[in-house]
Formats: sequence, structure tokens, C-alpha cells
Amino acid sequence: MPTETVVSSEAQLADRAPARRDWRRVLGRWEALLVALLGALAIAGQLISPEFLTTDSFTTGSLDFSEVALMALPLAMVIVAAEIDLSVASVLAVSSALMAYLWNHGQPVEAIIPICLVAGALCGAFNGLLVTRLGLPSLAVTIGTLALFRGLAFVVIGDDSVTDFPATWTDRAFGDFAGTFVPNTIVLFVVLAAGFAVLLHATPFGRSVYAIGANEEAAYFSGLRVKRIKLILFTLSGTVAALAGVVITLRNSTGAANVGQGLELTAVTAVLLGGVSIFGGRGTIAGVILALLLLGGIQKALLLSESISSYWIQIVTGALLIGSVLGPNLVRRVAGVRRRSRSLQEEESS
Amino acid sequence: MKPARPRTLGALLVALALALFALAACGETKNDSSTGSSAQPGTSSQAEGGVNPDAPIKKGMKTVSIPKQLGNPYEEYEHSGIDEALTELGGSNRISGPTDAGASTQIPIINAAVQQKPSAIIIAGNDPNAVAPALKQAAQRGVKIVGMDSDVAPDARSVFINQVTTQLVGEGQVKSISNEIGGKGQIAILSATANATNQNAWIKVMKEELKKPEYKDIKLVKVAYGDDDDQKSFQETQGLIQAYPNLKGIISPTTVGVAAAARYLSTSPQKGKIKLTGLGFPNQMRKFVKNGTVEEFQLWVPKDVGYLAGQAAAALVAGRITGKEGEKFKAGRLGEYTIGANGEIVLGPLTTFTKDNIDKFDF
Repeated sequence: MPTETVVSSEAQLADRAPARRDWRRVLGRWEALLVALLGALAIAGQLISPEFLTTDSFTTGSLDFSEVALMALPLAMVIVAAEIDLSVASVLAVSSALMAYLWNHGQPVEAIIPICLVAGALCGAFNGLLVTRLGLPSLAVTIGTLALFRGLAFVVIGDDSVTDFPATWTDRAFGDFAGTFVPNTIVLFVVLAAGFAVLLHATPFGRSVYAIGANEEAAYFSGLRVKRIKLILFTLSGTVAALAGVVITLRNSTGAANVGQGLELTAVTAVLLGGVSIFGGRGTIAGVILALLLLGGIQKALLLSESISSYWIQIVTGALLIGSVLGPNLVRRVAGVRRRSRSLQEEESS
Repeated sequence: MKPARPRTLGALLVALALALFALAACGETKNDSSTGSSAQPGTSSQAEGGVNPDAPIKKGMKTVSIPKQLGNPYEEYEHSGIDEALTELGGSNRISGPTDAGASTQIPIINAAVQQKPSAIIIAGNDPNAVAPALKQAAQRGVKIVGMDSDVAPDARSVFINQVTTQLVGEGQVKSISNEIGGKGQIAILSATANATNQNAWIKVMKEELKKPEYKDIKLVKVAYGDDDDQKSFQETQGLIQAYPNLKGIISPTTVGVAAAARYLSTSPQKGKIKLTGLGFPNQMRKFVKNGTVEEFQLWVPKDVGYLAGQAAAALVAGRITGKEGEKFKAGRLGEYTIGANGEIVLGPLTTFTKDNIDKFDF
């Protein structure tokens, strides 16, 4: 085993090597890096504005981020399976537009929500079928449906916006949970996050998602029903995106086709920043949650700053997206180079 | 390895989400609910204390102004008026806006602004109702809310600064063309699209105006539609002039139309003979005014809209006004204003631009 040779050669080099290994094992984990970044953000944010570390910031910041957070959960599983879904924000818009349309046609909210979720599931299944049955790359398919679903939302409701949803429901989505500073939407997120964590990390289904992402062919030949699992993942993604559409509609008391434009970028950034590999097979729900906290915190800090324009939110999001793909890649390359040079040294010495 | 009933798992997740949301099923629909989430009026916190027209303006007052979208030159010019008003009053204004004009993109901006505890927020709403809950929360914390340019839900702000009214546009435009053609002759209107709501409302007022005795010698012969497309407007202008040889004037109450019509006239033999007025931007119309194609045209001054909003915000914070109909306040260089119905403050009649004043305006 190559790792053993590395360890033994290091042990010969210096006696402080074991300590260095521990240090590396802890820091090597992506989640640890995210926690460190969160700490740095807390300090930087507080320097930017004394209002940063307040419950107020958490309440409004997490409320503003609740749709992205919801959509990121199934998206993480899709990306672990080495696929991608860029249509989530457009499915959210379809759901919002559909809510507006049905409410205008006299339906009660209790009936509208399941219909929206089913519509979202259908959108997701549409993506899934194109990817699995026709064998198209999900990147191309979901860029297509990103435009297609958004267009569909405009067909449903046009440029109108519907705003007279009942206060009981809008308060439920906008309000705080049981008198605390935690918004209801975040409670919903926590429940779903727990569900997805169990699904991905503690079920055979989750293990097969990792297997597919790591090596699809091997997964297929070991008997996994790859296509069906992917179809389910896309359907889940669509369903939860539709749920996010319900949340954004009730929370803002506005159903419209132009809501949530560009949120897919933030959701993908959260997932990749969370340590999910863009090439599949790696990543955790915990990492995604940490990344959501980090992204939400950065957005809040930039908003609270008196001098930084909100263009910087886009710039930072974009930079983090690239950084989170580049970071692990670089680490692996550097490690690879060092390992090679070390084995060369060994060959020379022997 | 068998993929462990993923269907059941998916269904469970969805059911969980549903259950959480359907905490109390009450079956309320649009038809039996009284409109929406308008529980507490945003002006409630301002009711106390009454009005004192001479109350001192707060020193070092801070405001935040929220445009629909960053990077729009028209809005930047408008918001520079707020800066001007606040600087004049010894305070300061900060512009903080979203990067796209989606229905809900202003909400995070409002929430963050409130945390900085400004005296007032001045907002041009992307969606009148999406921003209402956040604005009401701001009002509950004592932040005064001023709507500007495009209104937000009336119960979510104290006053709204309207750049102009339908009536004032109709009146102003007819007066302008009458002035140019000497109160006599055939005129035509070059509008945008046939179903543009604001255009049609203005044209309706113009037709009413033309019935007045002072305009009895002016005859409206045609309303043409240039669809707010430069080329189409250009061709429609040409068509109008060919079809009506006795045409004396054209009103084009759209910035695209008036610029295209001016461009056509500037190279035609009728330059200076057929008069043109409309709603136009000084920067677009400057060369046509300078070369004699257009004597005058009109628009509101965006910077004044912002200036008035800044002054109104200061008056609200000082307690000089609360937003009730009939209250009066002094708005610096613009003079005295009275609050109208629904907390609306109208900037005033259109500003007329001629070769004498056009160089004072850069927008």
C-alpha cells in the first residue's frame, strides 16, 4: 500500500511526524475548513458591522436563505451521483406561479400545496427521464429546462403577481417558531435536512448513490438499478424545489413567475462549497449545511456593510463556486506531486 | 444490494413536509378570506404624538434608499436627488439595491437596512406586496417608510412620491402642442403599443382636454402606434405626414416614439414646420432641440422625484407630517407640498424642456 510507505518514510524523517499526521487528518477534512471559515467570518462580519452577530441577523438572514437551503439538500444527492440539476430555481418559479394561478381560481391553500409538489415532481421526473432514458447529459438537459420551466411559469401567470394569500398561511411561512428567533422555514429545513442526512448516510439507497457517483459502470455491474435511482433523485430535487416555491410564495405573500432568478447558482455553490465533489461520489449533508451557514453569513455581512455594493454578493458567490471546485483539486494535485517526488527519493536512496 | 424502497422514502419526505405545513388546516380560499396579510397598518407607530409643522429636522439623520435595481442610469439620477436633499439637511443617504428586479430581491436589502437603524427607508418597489411584510416590520421598529416612483402597498408606507399623475400628463402635453402650433390645426398622436395602459390613460385625458374651448381649433386626426420600437415609430411618423398633408403637430408621449419622430423630422423638408412634442429624455432630445427640429418637449425631472422623497422622509422623521391627507410640509427648493388621498404626494406638472433650459439637465 502506497500510504504505508509514505507513513514509514515520514516516520524515519522526523519524530514529530505522528503529530503532523493528526493535524493533517483534522484539517484535511473539508468540514473542518468550513468551521474555521465560519469562525473567520464571525470575526470579519463583526468588524464590518456590529449588527452582524445578532439574533436579528440570524432571523432575517436565514429567512432570506431558506429556499436555497431547501433546494441544496436533494441537489447534494444529485451531485453525489455525478449528475447536476440547474433547473431548481425555475421549478421553484413554476410552483410559485401555479400557486398564484390556483389561488386566483378559488382553491384553498391546503389543496394548492400538494398540487404544486406534484407539479414539481413531474418537472423533476421530466429532467430524470431525459437523462436516464435518452442518455442525455444532465448539464445540457437542466440548462434547457432552466429556460423551459421559467418560460412555463410565465405562461401560467404572465407578468402578474398574486398577493392576497391568507394571513394564516403567510404568517406561518414568515413567522418565527414558537416565539423563538428561529423562522418556521428553518424548522422545516432542519426536519428535511435530518431526513436527507439519514437517506444519504444511513440507508442502502444512500450507499448506492455514492456507488453510482464513484463509478457508474461498476455500480451498474454490481446490480444497482442506476437509471431508476437517478430518476428518483431528479424527482426528489423537483419536489423539494417546488416546496421551496411554496415557501417563497407564502413567505413574501407573492406568487409570481420572476421569483428566485439565479438561485440555482447559489444552491450549486452551497453544495460544492459543502465539499460535495462535482465529479460525484463524495460529500456530506453536514458539509452542505455548514456551507449554507457560510454563504448566508457572507451575504448578510455584505448586506450590512455600509460601503460594499450588492454586486459583490454575486462576485463572492462566483468566486466561492470556483474556489470550492479548485480547492480540493489543487490539494489532491499537490499531494500527488509530493507523493511522487517522495517515492522517487526512496528509489534513489535504496 | 437492493435499493431499499426509495419510493417509500421519497413519499415519506414529502408527507413530512406536508404535515409540517398543514399544521392547522382551515380550508381558507380566496373567496372567503378578507384580503391577505394586511393586519397592522404601517403607520400605526407614527400616529402617536401628533403633528408639529415646526418640529426641528433631526441632525445627522441617516436614510437608506432602495432602487428597483442597481445600474439603471435613470434610477441612479433619481436617487441622486435623495442624496442632495439629505446632504442639504445635514444628514446622509446610502443607496442599497438588488442586482436584479425580481419580485422578492429587495427583501434582504430591506432587512439588512433595518438592522442598521436608519431614520427612514425610501423605496421604489419592484413588487408592491412582496416587500410589504418586511417594510411593516421596519415601521414597527420606528423606521419611516417613503414609497417613490413605483408604489408599494399603501399600508406598508407612510407617503408615496408620485412623479406625475395621468391628468397632469394629458393636460401638459396638449398645452405644449397648442403652444407650438399656435392653438390651431390638425394634430396626431404617436403612441407606444395599442394596449399600453399608461399610454391609453394619457390619450384619454388628452382627448378630454381637446374638448375645452381654448383648444376648439385643434383637431386630433389620428392615433398611430409605434410599439415603442425605434424603426416602427420612424415609419409611422413618415406615414402620418404623408397621409395628412395639413398636419401641424405630433404628440408622442413615449421616449422612444418622440426620439424617432424627431429623427425623421430632422431630415425631412417639414423640419420646423410640423411641430413635435412628447415625453422625452433631454440627453436623447438635445440635438433635435439645438438644430431646431423640436421647440419643446416634456418630462418630470427624476432628480426632483428623489429630492422630494428625501425632504418628505425628513419631515416624517421630524414629526412635521404623519402621512395623513391634507398635511403640508416645505420641501426645500421645490416649495410647499400637500399630502393627497392615500398618502400620495405628486411632484407636480411636467417640466418643459426648451433650448433655453435643456443644458441644465443631464439624464
